[in-house]
Amino acid sequence: MEIISPTEFAKEKIQAVQDFSLLAGRSVSNLFRTPRYLADTIQQADLIGFGSLPIVAGAGFSIGAALALNSANTLQRFGSLSLLGQLVSLGMVRELGPVLTGLMVSGRNASGIASELGSMTVTEQIDAMRALGTDPVKKLVTPRVVSTVIMLFFLTILADLCGLTGGAAFSTLVFGIDWHQYWSTSWQILVFQDVFMGLVKPVLFGFIIASVGCYYGLTAHGGTQGVGRATTQSVVVSSLLIIVVDLFATRLLMTLFAYH
Amino acid sequence: MTAPPIAVAEPIPDTQRSPGPALVFENVAIAFEGRTVLDGVSFQLPRGETKAIFGVTGSGKSTILKLALGLIKPDAGRIWVLGSEVTAMTEEELFDLRRRIGMVFQESALFDSLTVRENVAFRLLEEGDVTEEEVEKPVHEVLSFVELEHTIDLFPSELSGGMRRRVAIARAIITHPEVLLYDSPTGGLDPVTSTTIIELIVKQRDVSKTSALMVTHRLQDAFMMATHYFDTKTGALKELPPGERGEVPMSFLILRDGKIIFDGDLHELAACTDPYIREYIS
Repeated sequence: MEIISPTEFAKEKIQAVQDFSLLAGRSVSNLFRTPRYLADTIQQADLIGFGSLPIVAGAGFSIGAALALNSANTLQRFGSLSLLGQLVSLGMVRELGPVLTGLMVSGRNASGIASELGSMTVTEQIDAMRALGTDPVKKLVTPRVVSTVIMLFFLTILADLCGLTGGAAFSTLVFGIDWHQYWSTSWQILVFQDVFMGLVKPVLFGFIIASVGCYYGLTAHGGTQGVGRATTQSVVVSSLLIIVVDLFATRLLMTLFAYH
Repeated sequence: MTAPPIAVAEPIPDTQRSPGPALVFENVAIAFEGRTVLDGVSFQLPRGETKAIFGVTGSGKSTILKLALGLIKPDAGRIWVLGSEVTAMTEEELFDLRRRIGMVFQESALFDSLTVRENVAFRLLEEGDVTEEEVEKPVHEVLSFVELEHTIDLFPSELSGGMRRRVAIARAIITHPEVLLYDSPTGGLDPVTSTTIIELIVKQRDVSKTSALMVTHRLQDAFMMATHYFDTKTGALKELPPGERGEVPMSFLILRDGKIIFDGDLHELAACTDPYIREYIS
């Protein structure tokens, strides 16, 4: 393995951050320029959104049920089992729904985007597109970013709902909590700030998933091995960024809404 | 020599073309990872001429094409294409210029998720305001030019290597570009298929009078281009009489160690006494 100096390593990383920032910036600024590739955006929304429905619904239901099971044990000790719906509701809407959906979609779509664009890069299809007078960022990146942001928003709502349903199913079947009581307490505990926090995060995560996937795809080099490397890196980096950004976003939004 | 009359696809009239040489390189230098690939390269491509670029592997032949298209920027020097200084243009400005240039990539670089029809029509559809029905006619015309009309609904993976190159040529010429760049169009192909590709390139040169840069390893291809012309009456390539050989708009450029060691026509190449060039062309 080639050993590179720390200075070179730092330069490479700074260059990568700069390139990523430029790509991310251009993907957004292209929204205000023509052509807008609506058909490509709809196609990507179908691939990313509809394609992710089963995994997001299944994972949401399971995590909601698991949250109910884990929390019930603690709540029972204090005789507060009736609060189970509130706990599942807050946990899913504010935190688990967005993060879980982000991670699931990251595993499925950041890798898909990176491998697709990576294959196009190493076979000179991206160069061919530029040579044909088409901007690959406009044609390939912006539609993926827009569709991932929009679809992740709706997928998160679905995951929240499935999580609450999972929690409801286990609360009523295992712990004998009244179905109506569960849903009414789940609903009543939520305030605007909770819902806002839970729906701002998927917008950030969607942007991370698509832009990271596109960046690694467009910078892939070294043949099929390079495509594989880009795919792995896109999933690792986007997942890590989702978790880190979630932490900062939570802190920022809590400060903003004066949460305690 | 029979004057080439009708173009399959109508070329741009001379009056609408920008004046001056099609392409100018002035002291262009570029290095990759500390290794100098081109070092002070200067040459011109006159209008309507095809220039074949030779050199050993890694001598910077394909780099010249990518520089001409503005896909990469040189470390030093200036490049003009169709009167516009490529080296001073932004990526956004380059997209407009690239619409006047056609490029055939070494491995064809066809979009593998699109059919032949969609690949060939890509540029027209991207230019907007045209429906898929409106592009049918030019797509059929250009596919008929490369004799591949029957492949219109196939995907690139269903085509042979030679067919893919021909589709790539069709994709490059559909908008009647003023300059064509061929990157090893016959590389890795059998002699029969290579001859078919060269016939198409000569046909494009003589029918549409397009200026072209052609990177190649195969000397026989370039010699064939310098000694043959496309006869529109018979629709086939014809050999020029011995006295007229080299009279077609064709020149040669040889690279060595990042520098140009030869730039001239067939007569000058034949008369060249440089031992390296003699050995190269022997």
